[in-house]
Amino acid sequence: MAKIIVVTSGKGGVGKTTSSAAIGTGLALAGHKTVIVDFDIGLRNLDLIMGCERRVVYDFVNVINGEANLKQTLIKDKRTDNLFILPASQTRDKDALTREGVEKVLNELAKDFDFIICDSPAGIESGAMMALYFADEAVVVTNPEVSSVRDSDRILGMLSSKSRRAEQGLEGIKEHLLLTRYNPERVEKGEMLSVEDVKEILAIELIGVIPESQAVLNASNSGQPVILDKDSDAGQAYLDTIKRLLGEQVPFRFLTVEKKGFIKRIFGG
Amino acid sequence: MSVLHCADLSPATLHTLLSAKLAQAPAFFLQAPIVLNLSDATETPDFNRLKNLFAELKLVLVGVTAANPEQKASAHAAGLAVLQAGKAALKTKEPNTSPPVAEVSDNKAVASAAASSSVAATMDSKVIEQTVRSGQQIYAKGTDLIVKGAVGAGAEVIADGNIHIYGSLRGKAIAGASGDTSKRIYCYNLQAELVSIAGNYWLSDSLQGKFWGKSACIKMQDDSLVISELV
Repeated sequence: MAKIIVVTSGKGGVGKTTSSAAIGTGLALAGHKTVIVDFDIGLRNLDLIMGCERRVVYDFVNVINGEANLKQTLIKDKRTDNLFILPASQTRDKDALTREGVEKVLNELAKDFDFIICDSPAGIESGAMMALYFADEAVVVTNPEVSSVRDSDRILGMLSSKSRRAEQGLEGIKEHLLLTRYNPERVEKGEMLSVEDVKEILAIELIGVIPESQAVLNASNSGQPVILDKDSDAGQAYLDTIKRLLGEQVPFRFLTVEKKGFIKRIFGG
Repeated sequence: MSVLHCADLSPATLHTLLSAKLAQAPAFFLQAPIVLNLSDATETPDFNRLKNLFAELKLVLVGVTAANPEQKASAHAAGLAVLQAGKAALKTKEPNTSPPVAEVSDNKAVASAAASSSVAATMDSKVIEQTVRSGQQIYAKGTDLIVKGAVGAGAEVIADGNIHIYGSLRGKAIAGASGDTSKRIYCYNLQAELVSIAGNYWLSDSLQGKFWGKSACIKMQDDSLVISELV
């Protein structure tokens, strides 16, 4: 039985698509057959982050409308085995998704895949609701600042009331908190909310803390999920996150300011 | 179901009294089913006329209670249900010496306001097991509200009774929403955007002080809100 994981946040620009790409790639690296579905109809980004924008022929809306089948539409990732992408349509809008259509596609994907990652659009309108409706688990991406935390709180309310699991009275969606763009230096100066602050407000289990890193922007621009950059702090933090998602106990890293050594202090770095 | 107690059942009086009551909260009783308690009424009113009067006020007269045999027969003829008077309704029965009063209230609210406290103690509070998230609104009609988790910023909890919050209160809490100034708000950690009791409210600015971020009890005293320590 495939597990459907929605990556959501309410607020835009916090790192949903970056995290979707990293989580999808990480699960595939761990040997699980994974598909990442871009629900952001009209603002197609996932294919760019995954570096497959030139290979998009058909899209999610084509499949829903019966204009193409899944086999024609799914894009196989060239770097990672077991990984596929279902791109969004750039020419349509969110209303092109119907609940029946989405359910049909997800059911079909569930036959072949272990994990279905739903990359949600920002906001709390129909597109975001569609992405979270069928989810079994949710990764709530949050930046350590007040507006992002409040929007995440709002989305958590939606997850517990507007999802299929909530409507059918099933066990609720398993919620995970993924804190991104974390900067321990700024936390120390009191310019940014700390991990503890965010955990206290949102009261859900923490699954990962991704440090603010140049590597993320570089990875996005080169169309390569940051998790593949294993030397970077962000890449390692995402690898830890995947292990936790799969049930392993891994200590949290990159939470404190790194003390610069004597040589680094002299020569910079 | 809402029960209406009224001694003077002449349409003119009833219309005036009900209109005044409804004006306080126009949406609250919209198309609400109403049962007429006849314990204070001696004569038999024209039920068909009363039905039209209620319809005019956007209420639905569904039945009568505590009726004498003559009133029962007349109510039956008008197509109304005849109901057994509830315990709470019987207890609120008062001698006819008082001037005609119109009182529209929830059955349970009657119990808490007028009847003995033993009835109120058996009322079910509304219990929310988890955190109330931003954007969510919870209303405990005619009773207390207990929240086991926190109330997030941008969330609203409203109760006609008391409000108890065992987590942090970061949103809005409105107790005694139907006007009862004796109701209170208790919370484990006060960081509220707004607290209100029976329409008297304080914004977050007025709450900053020695109780901010601490456990607190908010109540009405001498027409003003007062915060005190919980323990």
